[in-house]
Amino acid sequence: MLEALAAALVEITSGQHLIYLLGGVAMGLAVGIFPGLGGIVGLSILLPFLYGMDPTSALSMLIGLVAVIPTSDTFTSVLMGIPGSSASQATVLDGFPLAKKGEGARALGAAFSASLFGGLIGAVILTFVIVVARDVILLFTSAELFMLTILGLSMVGVLAGGNLAKGLLGCGLGLMFGALGGAPATGEFRMTLGNPYLGDGLPLVVIGLAMFAVPEIVDLLRAGGSISRSQTLGHGWLRGLKDMWVYKWLCIRCAAIGCMIGALPGLGGSVVDWIAYGHVKQTSKDKSQFGKGDIRGVLAPESANNAKEGGGLIPTLLFGIPGSGSMAVFIGGMVLIGLEPGPAMVEGQLNLTYVIIWSLALANVIGAGACLFLSRYVAMLTTVRYAYLAPFMIMVICFAAFQAQRDLGDLITLFVMGMVGILLKRFGWPRPAFLIGFVLADQSETYLYQAIQFYDWDFLLRPGVLIIAAITVVSAWLGARNAPTGEVDAETALAKKAKNMRPQAWFATAVFAFFAWGLLDGLGQSFIGGIYTIGIGVVMLPIAGYMVYVTWSNNVAHTVNYDHEVEGAHLQSDDTPGLWHYILWLAAFLASIVLIGFWLAIVGFFVIFLRVKTDASWLRIACMTAGGVGFVTALAWVMVLDFPRGLLQDVLVLPWPIG
Amino acid sequence: MTLLKLAKGATLAFAGAALTLGTAATPAPAADFSGKRIEWIIPYGTGGGSNRWARFYAPRLQKHIPGNPTVAIKNMPGASSTKGTNFFARRAGTDGLMMLGTSGSTQFPFLLDDRRVKYDYADWEVILATPVGGIVYVNPSLGVKEASREGMKQLQKAKLKFGSQGATSLDLVPLLAFDILGLNVKPVFGMKGRGPSRLAFERGEVRIDYQTTPAFIKRVTPLVDAGKAVPLMTWGMLDDQGELVRDPTFPDLPHVGEVYERMHGKKPKGPAWRAWRTFMAAGYPAQKMIFVKKGTPADIVAALRKAAADTVNEPGFKEAAAKSLGNYPQAVGAKAEVLMKVATTVSPASKAWVKAWLKRRFNAVP
Repeated sequence: MLEALAAALVEITSGQHLIYLLGGVAMGLAVGIFPGLGGIVGLSILLPFLYGMDPTSALSMLIGLVAVIPTSDTFTSVLMGIPGSSASQATVLDGFPLAKKGEGARALGAAFSASLFGGLIGAVILTFVIVVARDVILLFTSAELFMLTILGLSMVGVLAGGNLAKGLLGCGLGLMFGALGGAPATGEFRMTLGNPYLGDGLPLVVIGLAMFAVPEIVDLLRAGGSISRSQTLGHGWLRGLKDMWVYKWLCIRCAAIGCMIGALPGLGGSVVDWIAYGHVKQTSKDKSQFGKGDIRGVLAPESANNAKEGGGLIPTLLFGIPGSGSMAVFIGGMVLIGLEPGPAMVEGQLNLTYVIIWSLALANVIGAGACLFLSRYVAMLTTVRYAYLAPFMIMVICFAAFQAQRDLGDLITLFVMGMVGILLKRFGWPRPAFLIGFVLADQSETYLYQAIQFYDWDFLLRPGVLIIAAITVVSAWLGARNAPTGEVDAETALAKKAKNMRPQAWFATAVFAFFAWGLLDGLGQSFIGGIYTIGIGVVMLPIAGYMVYVTWSNNVAHTVNYDHEVEGAHLQSDDTPGLWHYILWLAAFLASIVLIGFWLAIVGFFVIFLRVKTDASWLRIACMTAGGVGFVTALAWVMVLDFPRGLLQDVLVLPWPIG
Repeated sequence: MTLLKLAKGATLAFAGAALTLGTAATPAPAADFSGKRIEWIIPYGTGGGSNRWARFYAPRLQKHIPGNPTVAIKNMPGASSTKGTNFFARRAGTDGLMMLGTSGSTQFPFLLDDRRVKYDYADWEVILATPVGGIVYVNPSLGVKEASREGMKQLQKAKLKFGSQGATSLDLVPLLAFDILGLNVKPVFGMKGRGPSRLAFERGEVRIDYQTTPAFIKRVTPLVDAGKAVPLMTWGMLDDQGELVRDPTFPDLPHVGEVYERMHGKKPKGPAWRAWRTFMAAGYPAQKMIFVKKGTPADIVAALRKAAADTVNEPGFKEAAAKSLGNYPQAVGAKAEVLMKVATTVSPASKAWVKAWLKRRFNAVP
């Protein structure tokens, strides 16, 4: 092991390796900085370069690219409130409030130093574990994996916010939306209304953008001005670095969690950030600042999500089964180079394995360093008037959403689920709970079904299952202890509350109807195909019914009562446009895509939006439109991607990219 | 402007794009692809075997097609591959600039009249066909050393579980084979691919599994060497006369027909066996194929076919292919057409039998 490690060290520090690694890092940064664009886009751009390159250089470049994407996606999570990828959704919760307070640079500094630290710890753990990990991983059967999804779901209690019923319902909604599409065991189509697009289920990327990006864009536009209210960048990244050092033990714990969960094949990396966030919240004494800009809420997910990439290497290298989305890309790239990940590689080419592990760590350091350096400049974006940024943001999230299935349905889903996200935000239903439910829906059902098939109900008595169950109980207990009590002066709080709960009541009714529909749909399927949605419906309907009752009875003093349209900070000035104003803008944009196709629609949207909403000159508008649209067009060409077509393109044959 | 800085950050991405954009518009005479880009639609994601196969071929074909166009792979997964295939059926022109790569799981929905299928193989010209084999292996704890008469008797006594992606997927072939051989196998559905099934085998959750040739060579051979897996039989392969013979990559392993003969002393026959033969032929001997639209000018089709032939005859190809795709003769020209016919035709009797069997055994409707 030591010899292999030494040989790997020589290889990594060779000049050629470093140069290609840097190339990969640069490309990863350029791509990862755009929300929703990640490994697959990066690999598509890298591919033409990889052909004909010698394997060592190609591998360095590939690692550079893969390592840096979970780092650079933090920019938009913190600065824009838009999760850069599914691995940094939790970073939004506290990172974005910090940016709004004018502490964007500090949050970025903390995030990147945590990323760096987490990545290094991941590499250290990997170095020792990879030689023995195979047998440990094989202990995690479908039964243990199912129990781990339950542990993940139990985090909902911590993330629920003030009202447990809303948290449970949010999670239930996520589970139900996640169950939409082909049933894992039988392939029967659930709740698809005969629509082939829905047959594959809703894509996670689109749901993540719909839950966080769409509501945030609409709110920021309504508030006017820039993202950072203070128009300053705060004390900068050095302070963030210090924050990381103060909470170094937290970062180490979260890195270990990230590495462990990332190493389990089949669980996927998308819950790692939420589990880390839940962990920091339940172990903290003072929880009052979480969600409002607590630096620990940035440190925890960021140290976990970079360590996860290291952990993800374990199943990738040992079994040839990707541990996460970016690892799937990595396997694809390795195969191109002629390397076949699998047991033969770890046992036969241990030094190559170490080259990969430590190159990943090194790329992490370089990437996080580069991000730290850039953060001062990129954070300046938060001082730009948001109306200038919005068209770019809308374009990029549409482009990112469209990667999911390359279908117009992606954009329709983005819009429809974006509306759900806006309403969840408005009425204070926790969106993190929704996302956890959504992410774990398919896995919890698949593993439960398989565990029962393999072990019958005895699976509940397996030692591994019992251990994880105990951890779940402890974690839930920790979360319940020191629950926020909401010690606000009752009277002033009440004065701010919504007097009319009708909108909330209609929303609760819609949620009730949705669960009822899911339940009815489940009853129409075979037993195995329907039991899961029936189960969710049976548990959720009483809670939803309670919600319907409370809201319709207009009990203003009840903790359920929350309406962002009454209490929100964006309502301070009278000329704030109504909630529907920008939703209509988005709806008009979507309608024009359906009519004239994406490319023409985005050009039109840029021009009209900038003209109406800003005081930019025509020349400036032309430059911004050309720059923005030119960029996605070039990307689409490299990725062999056609933009969604509209009715116009069905009638007329138009040249690419319009047709 | 900070936006300019953002744009600068993305220049790398741009540079790559500009390189390819610059050469896009040169007009070219027929059957010369200089400066063109051929889009190759792979209706599967980036993680699976079809993508691997396409990535293996793309740079090689590129070298042999006249004018050396870029062969760009477009992964379009979804709806059990019918989505990307429907896209090709709807959108491909007859200029040879769009190709399709299919797999067995594209053939099966077509043969079983899946309602999502809006394509017909009769509308396409085949350029190349790649055979893939399947190998069944079991856990040594079953005490079965080989697929002999005694070994199979022993295996019939065991209650087995089998990780599967679904009864109407390519797993139809193993599930029907197990039935024909009288094994007591209960499928556990919901596996996300053959990889997770193999993992379930390594964990001991399932004790019988199969993998396609490339995956078996790379991932199961180490298990066999370590005494953790025992290979039993293959699906076999079709020879030039369309007869079922031993898989050339695993000449020491009997095929399913031989195993049946060992057990019963006579060759298998009857509707179940005929249906198995048909679907095995649809799923494996021409598992992966390259197509262009029918109506594409003859010189373009000829140029693409020649490029495919040149690719597989290139020195060094055989060794590279044996490592990545298995040791099978890659079919081009007339042979590819024969295999394609076999893979995409099924007698009404076999189709009806399989549909009834799927319904009866698994309550599955394609």
